[in-house]
Formats: sequence, C-alpha cells, structure tokens
Amino acid sequence: MIEVDNVTKRYGSTTVVDSVSLTIAKGGMTAIVGPNGAGKSTLCSMIGRLIPMDEGSIKVDRFDVTATKGERLARRISILSQENHVTARLSVEDLVLLGRYPYTHGRTTVEDREHLEATIDFMELGPLRHRFLDQLSGGQRQRAFVAMVLCQDTDYILLDEPLNSLDMKHAVAMMKLLRRVCDEQQKTIVYVVHDVNIASWYSDRVVALRDGRIVHDGNPSSFMQPEVMESIFEVDVVIREVKGKPFAVYYG
Amino acid sequence: MTLRPVKSIEPGIAASVVVVILLCFVSIAIGAYSLSVIDLVRGDAEFHDSMVMATSRIPRTLAIVLVGMSTSVCGLIMQMLARNKFASPTTAGTVPAASLGILTMALLVPGATMFMKMIVATLFALVGTAAFLLILRYSPMRSPLAVPLVGLMFGGVLGSIATFFAYRYDLLQSLSAWTEGDFSRVLKGRYELLWLSAALTVVAYLAADRFTVAGLGESFATNLGLNYRRVTVLGLVIVATITAVNVVTVGAIPFLGLIVPNVISLAIGDNVRRAVPYAAIGGAAFLLVCDIAGRLIRQPFEIPISAIAGVIGSMVFLVLLIREAPRGS
Repeated sequence: MIEVDNVTKRYGSTTVVDSVSLTIAKGGMTAIVGPNGAGKSTLCSMIGRLIPMDEGSIKVDRFDVTATKGERLARRISILSQENHVTARLSVEDLVLLGRYPYTHGRTTVEDREHLEATIDFMELGPLRHRFLDQLSGGQRQRAFVAMVLCQDTDYILLDEPLNSLDMKHAVAMMKLLRRVCDEQQKTIVYVVHDVNIASWYSDRVVALRDGRIVHDGNPSSFMQPEVMESIFEVDVVIREVKGKPFAVYYG
Repeated sequence: MTLRPVKSIEPGIAASVVVVILLCFVSIAIGAYSLSVIDLVRGDAEFHDSMVMATSRIPRTLAIVLVGMSTSVCGLIMQMLARNKFASPTTAGTVPAASLGILTMALLVPGATMFMKMIVATLFALVGTAAFLLILRYSPMRSPLAVPLVGLMFGGVLGSIATFFAYRYDLLQSLSAWTEGDFSRVLKGRYELLWLSAALTVVAYLAADRFTVAGLGESFATNLGLNYRRVTVLGLVIVATITAVNVVTVGAIPFLGLIVPNVISLAIGDNVRRAVPYAAIGGAAFLLVCDIAGRLIRQPFEIPISAIAGVIGSMVFLVLLIREAPRGS
C-alpha cells in the first residue's frame, strides 16, 4: 500500500503539490491525470523518492520513502521519470539487466539472466537486444526503459508519462502490456498520462490533480462525466459510448 | 541462486595484452644508449647494461604503462560522472588544478617531499573538478559541446593564475615540467608513487557497476537504490588522486583520458565493467606508441611525449567533435 499523507511541495513561493493525501492499495492500475503544471510529475517523483517533500510523509508498505535505505526501496518500488535522457552508450540488454542492480549489484546471477530473458521476450525487444540506446528510435528507447523497470520486478511501479514518444500502435501496445503486467503478475502500477481516454480505458482508478490538489478520485466511469472533466480541464467535453465504454471527445 | 555464469576471457583483451607487452619490449630496447634486450634476457649482458635497464629503462616503461592505464580509466569515469563524452582530466580543469596545487607547494613549502606535493595537488584537483561539475550542473548550456569549452576555459583561468605566480617567482620552468608530461627523467626511486594510481585504477574497476548506474543520471541511479552522491564523491576522489599522482611524477599527458575512452565507447559501449580493461590497455598502448615515436623521430634526441600525444590526440579529438556536431544540440 502506498500512503501519501498531507504532502506539500513548494518551489520558491509556488506551491506545486498542496497537502495531498492519497492511499493506493496493492494491485490495479491507477492513472494520474490533470492539466499541465497540476503537480502530477512532482507527486510521482516524491512517491519514488526522486525529490524530497517540504511537508508530510509518504510510505510504501509502511516504509517511509525518505528514511528507508535506497536499496531496500528499490526492491519494492520502481520509478521511470519523464526526463530520461541517457548519454551512456549501453546496449538494450545491458540497460534491462541494470534493473537487477538492487538485487545483485552487477554480479549477474542465473536468476538475473532468467528475469532478463523473460522481460526481453515480454517487451518484444529480442531483435534490438544488442543495439546501443543511441541507435534506437525514441519509441524503442522508451520501451527499453520500461523493460528495465519491469526487470526490477518491484511490487509497485511508477511511470511518469510512459507513452512519451510512442505512436498510436505502440502506445496501445504499451497500455495492453502494462495491463497484463498488472493482472498476471499482481503488480501495482501508477502512471501519469495526458490522454483521458487512455486513462479511463485501461485503468481501475483515475486520480485528477489541479493546482496541486486532488480534485477527483474514483473509477473511470465516475471520472468520465462532462461536468467533472470540464471543471478539471476547462474544455467542453462530450461523452459517447464506444465499444461499451465511455469515450471523451474534446476536439473542435 | 548466487552462481555466476562462466565467462570466457574476451579474445580482444588477450590480443591487446600481447600487443602491449610487445610495445613494452620495443620501448625498453630503444634509447640513446644501445642495449641488447636479447643479451639481457640470456644473461650475457655486461654489468653496466643491467644497471641502465634496472634504473632507467624498465622504470620508464613501467611508468608509461601505469600512467597510460590510469589516465585513460580516469577519463572513462569522468565521462560517466559528467554524463558527457568530452569530459576528461585535461578538459575539466583537473590537471590545471593539480598543477596549481604543486605550484602552491613549491612557493610556500619549497622543501616538500613528492608525497606531500601529491596530497596537496590531490586536494586542489578535487576542488577543481568538483567546481567544474557544479558549473555544469547549474550552467544553462545544454549542448554537449559546451562541456569541453567550459572545461577548457575553466582550465585556462586556473592555468593563467599558475602562470602569473610562476612568472613572478621565477618558476616557469618547473611549471612546464608538470604541465608537459615527460618520461625522460623517470628513474628508479622516482616513479613508485605511480603504483598508487594503479591501485586506484583497480578500485575503479571494482566499483565499475556503480559508475555505469551513475552514468544513467541521478533519477535512474536513485531508482536503482544507488547513493548517487556517494558514488560521485568516490569517482571524484579516484580521478583527482590519479591525476595528481601522475602530474606530480611525470606531468600531464593531454587528450589521453579523452580520446582512448571515447574510441572504446564507440567500439564496445559504456558498460564500465566491460570498458575498464579495454580503456586501461588502450591507454597504455597509446602512450607506448607516443613514446616510441617521440624517441625515434629525431634520434638521438627525444620529442616530449606530451607533444606527440597532443598532436595525435587533438586530431582524434577534432574527428570526435565533428562526428558529434550534427546531433549536438
């Protein structure tokens, strides 16, 4: 269970996350949505202990993220941040295998190898495994990063905009894959996403932020209401049923 | 299960070790005083020949190998920590800072031992390199090409401070001894500090995986449970100490720490555990070739190794810069 208790983050005089409290139970997919600058990434980064908070506390399975040893947390929760510009020239295989670092510190075991093979298969990275990261397209690189996080094999996975630089086909493939990871391996996935339809289609729960506060929290159908979405995003929204699920049209 | 899969020794490593050993023999054999290596090996050599071997030739070649290996590995570590291909002891202010430290000692404590000079030079190098990394961190420039430019300017500022004081106190000649690497003065009893560089190179190898993870950046490193700050400090201490030791004993070798790791990176990538042995062997081979060339071109005179390394190094550096330029911004 992830417990966010009254967390606040300020940059200078701007409050980016404003006394947010949130509990995410084990299992299931939770989408974090909201307009630009709502504090989604900041919240995500604080849960993944990439940045410190100014007030409040965050616990993952009762381990305080600011006080627990980094290595111990790394076997429990993983985070892929939005800004993942890597200059090191690593092969896909090397990168994915680094996901095992919290367990074996680079002394690759047979078990690590098994995890590597399973992840490479699962992410369909076989043909690319010996390529260097700088020889991949943006989308392929994003898949390699997600693979590294999956190879880390943590109960909780935080993904800040995992669909970054993915085209329609690969975005959908990625979402189906995350759904499978969640259902088949009983993982808890929390991800930041901009596309409200993706969020509602694939998630069990949608948390909406605006100006650093949680303005909506519930299942996809409670989120996919014109008045809810209009109050969050300030656009006119029409909800239609497509393939038996609510679908938001906000163009035009 | 904690079994490690059996790894065969990479054939590339074995082949390059053989090349380095051959280069060592060539390096020992040539010089103003002619020696027959074969006689020495067979034990037919005269006493005087054995003396030249033991006090001059072998220490010299050993020093070249140790400096080549350690400087190159230093560059590799710096490139991972700075997350930039153009960081190296010469392009990040480490060498100028170390020579400023030695100069300070020469001015304030003229009778200092080599060890004391080394300690002070290490501290200066540490502060200089840390300052460079901080400048990078807070600099608005995002282009990878800005890194060597900033580093060379920073080094230039430190260098001009050193030159100013060296000029005032008539130490210019000593200053050039540290800034221009030269192995002709290496004798038994004057190079042994270099074994410290060798030991630190081994430490760098042992911590290799940490540097690989740190090379992914702070977010990735934190996610994988690595204490990013601690690894950065470890890397800085290794880099500063190796650089200071090398500068105190033989002087700086320009571009070595830059081009050798870059060529290795292009060939086999940046997995530090895999790259360190190649970088070490490649650094030794590069420096041996420079040394042999320097002694053969104008026999019986010698062109300083730093001049040869500078000429070859700057050419390779230019090629690397041009390669980077199209995807630079």
